[in-house]
Amino acid sequence: MLKYILKRVGYTLLALFIITTATFFLVRLIPGNPIEAMTEKLPDSIRQQFFEQYGFDKPLTEQYKLFWENLLTKGDLGESLKYRGRKVTDTIAQYAPVSGRLGLQAIAIGVVSGIILGILSALNRGKLVDYLVMFIAIFGISIPNFVIASLLQYFLSIKLGWFPTTGWGTFSYTVLPSLALSLNSTAKYARYMRANCLDVLNQDYIITAKAKGMGKTHLIFKHVLRNSILPIITLLGPQIALMFGGAFVVEKIFSIPGLGSYFVSSVSDRDYTMIMGQTIFMAALYIFAVLVVDILYGFIDPRIRLADTKEGGN
Amino acid sequence: MEKVLEIKNLSVSLHTYAGEIKAIRNISFDLFHQETLVIVGESGCGKSMTSKAIIQLLPENIAETSEKSQIMFEGQNLAQLPEKTLKNIRGEKISMVFQDPTTYLNPTMTIGAQIGECLSLHKKMTRAEIRQQTIEILGKVKISNPEARLKQYPHEFSGGMRQRVMIAMALACRPKVLIADEPTTALDVTTQADIMDLIKELQQELGTAVILITHDLGIASEVGNRIQVMYAGEIIESGTKEQIFNSPAHPYTWALLRSVPTVSAARTDSSGSHKLYSLPGTPPDLIAPPKACAFAGRCEYCMDICNRVHPPVFEDRDGHLVSCWLCHPQAPKVEIPVKTKGDKHHE
Repeated sequence: MLKYILKRVGYTLLALFIITTATFFLVRLIPGNPIEAMTEKLPDSIRQQFFEQYGFDKPLTEQYKLFWENLLTKGDLGESLKYRGRKVTDTIAQYAPVSGRLGLQAIAIGVVSGIILGILSALNRGKLVDYLVMFIAIFGISIPNFVIASLLQYFLSIKLGWFPTTGWGTFSYTVLPSLALSLNSTAKYARYMRANCLDVLNQDYIITAKAKGMGKTHLIFKHVLRNSILPIITLLGPQIALMFGGAFVVEKIFSIPGLGSYFVSSVSDRDYTMIMGQTIFMAALYIFAVLVVDILYGFIDPRIRLADTKEGGN
Repeated sequence: MEKVLEIKNLSVSLHTYAGEIKAIRNISFDLFHQETLVIVGESGCGKSMTSKAIIQLLPENIAETSEKSQIMFEGQNLAQLPEKTLKNIRGEKISMVFQDPTTYLNPTMTIGAQIGECLSLHKKMTRAEIRQQTIEILGKVKISNPEARLKQYPHEFSGGMRQRVMIAMALACRPKVLIADEPTTALDVTTQADIMDLIKELQQELGTAVILITHDLGIASEVGNRIQVMYAGEIIESGTKEQIFNSPAHPYTWALLRSVPTVSAARTDSSGSHKLYSLPGTPPDLIAPPKACAFAGRCEYCMDICNRVHPPVFEDRDGHLVSCWLCHPQAPKVEIPVKTKGDKHHE
């Protein structure tokens, strides 16, 4: 197992290197330049000074080398080009926890409610409950989360006054955005869970369990749940990572100081250092989440565990 | 002998898109204490359905047991019992072993947990007691090093071992009745014999009555006390092992016995052909089963009446039951076209 994990970490680092390199050159291919816009009205000589300060006068390969030197020796991703004097690492450290908390809450709601709804719907296949759940699922997948965000804001906050409308602070501020973000995953998980559950319920070992004299509740918790949850775990990894950057519209609606909005504006500002920092952060998170999921697999499905040890032994 | 299970007028229909399939049509039989009853028949004749109907494990949404059906066990009619009561009978008093141990074991649960489950569901036991008992049972089904095996998953066992685990599960609560639905079909021949021996051995030790479903007449002749032949959802002949093998009376049973490959049959065939006998035709469509004899269409000895009236059950002095018009006193005498075990002695 250890050998397997080490191998996976090795691949992870390689993937990160490729992503970083590609991003480095790609952002510089976008027409426009952060300094150019900033120094438009300044004389050429002063503009030149700016270029030199940020090292943009050097050839690309030189800049690339410098970037790695700074990252590896000082762990430094540089300063934001747009907001002077603000370090990229500090920005991420400040805003990522906000996005992360929001994302994790949303995923938690989505996973729990999705699994419950999916099981309910599978058990009541073809009945009213099933249709109701599948309606919610289609609703949740087809309606964008910002529409739901606005609706929640209007009804639960403005009309009923249960939660604050916008801002960030105590737990009550997180409820509406988490709900808005979770509906899509609820829908997705419910659909997956329903399909998996129906599949597992048709398996022969369910008959064995029934022949042992097992009741329905017992059956669901001991035999159905674990066997049908595996594909859900697969979805979970990438989604956790996406939550850090994919929630920017909802973050905007609720005026939440998260990472999402920063990421988007840094692209339009050609804030090279910021883009690099966030890309590396997001990619690392994504790859790490996938790694964790792969390891989790082994704990849930012993057959995969065996395959791993075989692979590790080679 | 003491009756353990008494089945009367059992009929089961399956509601499918094609229509109502009358899978089991009005069958009655008894199971006696500690005996082995073998049910034989070709695929789709209703033998597995019968076994699942006994513990009411038929697919809920499509299967329907007719109201007249009686499955009497310990003074209760299993066909009418609510799920709650049935739950306590399944696994504890009547348990089942299935055909394919690979798919009938949960792949994500350890063997120990799956066996222990039977005990925790029906007996009031502490964890330690369950563990102890599980180890004991695994030893009984001859799995070596049970303490270590307990923590393993089904994929770490061979096919034969898995079937042993299934048997361990079924016998954990010392049931009165064990239903084995083709327990050796998915196994290779040498393992088959081991498994059958194991079932026989444990049956004697625990005093369990066994219903063995099989299409393998070889197994039937080895382990059965009584044999019951099913065709198109009906029992067409039933009797002791000797009756069925030495003096079979139904043309379908003859055909079954003739299609068993034997070394001597191939050698001594008088016509010079070395072809193995096979029964032509297919079983009738059970969506619209024939009102008269279901086998008439494939029967070499079919008479006029066979296509008009359903044959009654003829019983001889020894309790050999046959549902065929050939047994009627007025029917022409037919020579049995099978080399029976009795004949072999003359060779």
